[in-house]
Amino acid sequence: MPTLTELIANGRSVEWHRPCPRVVVDEDLWRLLAARLAEGRGSLLGLWGDGASVHMAILDESQKNIVVATIECPDGRFPSVGRLHPPAIRLERALRDLFGLDPVGLPDQRPWLDHGRWGQRHPLAKEPQPQGDQEPYAFLRAEGESLHQIAVGPVHAGIIEPGHFRFTANGETVVRLEERLGYTHKGIESLMTGASVDAAARLAGRTSGDSTAAYGFAFARAVEVALGIEIPPRAIWLRALMAELERLANHFGDIGAICNDAGFAIMLAHCGILRECVLRTAQACFGHRLMMDCIVPGGVGCDLLSPGFEQIRKLVWTIGKAFPPLVELYDNTASLQNRTVGTGLARPALIKQYGCGGTIGRASARAFDARVQLSYPPYEAMLFNYDVPVLAEGDVNARIWIRIREVQQSLALVEQILARIPAQSAIRVPVTGTGRTGEGLALVEGFRGDVLAWVRLDAEARVERCHLRDPSWFQWPVLEAAIENNIVADFPLCNKSFNCSYSGHDL
Amino acid sequence: MRKILFESLVGRPLTEPGPQLDDPEIIALAQEIESAARVKLGRGLSIRELDAGSCNGCELEIHALGNAFYDLERFGLRFVASPRHADVLLVTGPVTKNMREALLRTYVATPAPKWVVAAGSCAFDGGIFAGGYACAGGVSAAIPVDLHIPGCPPAPIALLKGLLALMTNGSDARR
Repeated sequence: MPTLTELIANGRSVEWHRPCPRVVVDEDLWRLLAARLAEGRGSLLGLWGDGASVHMAILDESQKNIVVATIECPDGRFPSVGRLHPPAIRLERALRDLFGLDPVGLPDQRPWLDHGRWGQRHPLAKEPQPQGDQEPYAFLRAEGESLHQIAVGPVHAGIIEPGHFRFTANGETVVRLEERLGYTHKGIESLMTGASVDAAARLAGRTSGDSTAAYGFAFARAVEVALGIEIPPRAIWLRALMAELERLANHFGDIGAICNDAGFAIMLAHCGILRECVLRTAQACFGHRLMMDCIVPGGVGCDLLSPGFEQIRKLVWTIGKAFPPLVELYDNTASLQNRTVGTGLARPALIKQYGCGGTIGRASARAFDARVQLSYPPYEAMLFNYDVPVLAEGDVNARIWIRIREVQQSLALVEQILARIPAQSAIRVPVTGTGRTGEGLALVEGFRGDVLAWVRLDAEARVERCHLRDPSWFQWPVLEAAIENNIVADFPLCNKSFNCSYSGHDL
Repeated sequence: MRKILFESLVGRPLTEPGPQLDDPEIIALAQEIESAARVKLGRGLSIRELDAGSCNGCELEIHALGNAFYDLERFGLRFVASPRHADVLLVTGPVTKNMREALLRTYVATPAPKWVVAAGSCAFDGGIFAGGYACAGGVSAAIPVDLHIPGCPPAPIALLKGLLALMTNGSDARR
């Protein structure tokens, strides 16, 4: 049985692609790669268009190697991966919306991101087409006795991003949930084409505002590996510090919000305080509460001065004192456990099929964390102190517990970073063109999961093509399965426990 | 839980003093609002938040308004679930073309008198997303806007000042 690496030796290797290989394959090899994914040998990391080609990034079974396979589509068509491997379906629908390339055999022919409002079709194709008529979106049907539909969104009742959920319910029980997304599509990849690396970095950081550090990190690494740039050691450690602060802030927000959706507001109040403490620390240390534009190609935008060190130590101490009683509170409140235990089951087999990452994956037995399996600096240096917390129950409770464990882990990582960060020195190197085209790929573990960034830079280091893949692409579909047989009133609980990104997904 | 509640009762509250009404920023913001439209609505405002395609950064800071430090409800401000219950539409995002209809419908569903606050750089003119095929270019490209609160995202204190400026009759503060 050939390994992935052996298989792709049959393709045509692309010269300037780092750190993993990119190979141009023919239709037969493309279909073979899709079949392997369908058999569960490896996971799909991404699938995106590029002019008249399609790229597919695959993580092999060892979870240590990535390969990018490219198929050229001179006729505007390519064999659908989604025909065999469902996780690719939405990616191919989006690809077709944006590029006009046709995935032959794709089971779902409906548009995904294109709602018929752009005034044009296939905006990223060489020649976009004029806007045609679009049929009303045909939601999937459920047949049976006493079924009714509940339509929610795109405007939601809370302070939350827009998306549409179409429930079919039998009384209180959800029989089927179908999502329709794309409402926040801003055309980010189009805006990035032709942009300078700095302008593109600002866009990348605003793809999903709650993951601005992770996206900035992924984009910066992709650019640096494409150009062959080494960044100063101090910047390497500062990036991890920002990434961990972002993880902490989001996990506090999520733990509180999930409990609040079960009516347990005291957790939201106290977790909200801890989140605010993290944001104020970020503001004091790095000049921005969410740390937007702090991680930049070439290094970081601002340094951590010694008052900042003290502030972060104080933050770690504050959380160390305030968080354990909250965990105890969560664990000891039977009425809350009654809501979260056994609710929103995400089956491990589905999680594995979708390559579902982040806290969702790790709560359903998938032990993948990009900081470990595909380790990048400085995490490689901290590995010996590092356990990936994994649970198998896959319910809302498990997803809360993974977040609790990751908070504890992030605190430990922050302390290690403060202890090991090299003394005050350079934090940024200039980013200039190398006189040749270069391509780079990077995977960074954001709080929700692995963010993939792929970029091709021209000879002057301007962006020719950039693709950003939010972890939610492989999480949203699983939510539809997790809500089955739960009551409608438990949907906010399930949805918050997933906390998928709308904006990150929609691009 | 009793222990946590008890500690909260006997300890000092975290809630910070709100901005004073004679804060120059509030006065400046209040002047943006057309005087004829500035009618005092009792002692509070009901706000419906609407994400018209933002990156979610603004939503995070709007959420923070409800935390113990900012506690917006003590000013009579509250978030409501339906535009039918709202005095103010707080809109974020560059207004993606996919959200434009939803924004218009929400605006029409809000009964008069109503105000529209556009929060964030994107809501002002599309921000860094302006000029693309997917965005309309700011909230004022779709509906009339009474107040812009700048920032990317605006910090909670900036949001609070903007909302307070809406609520207070600016001329009272100047007296």
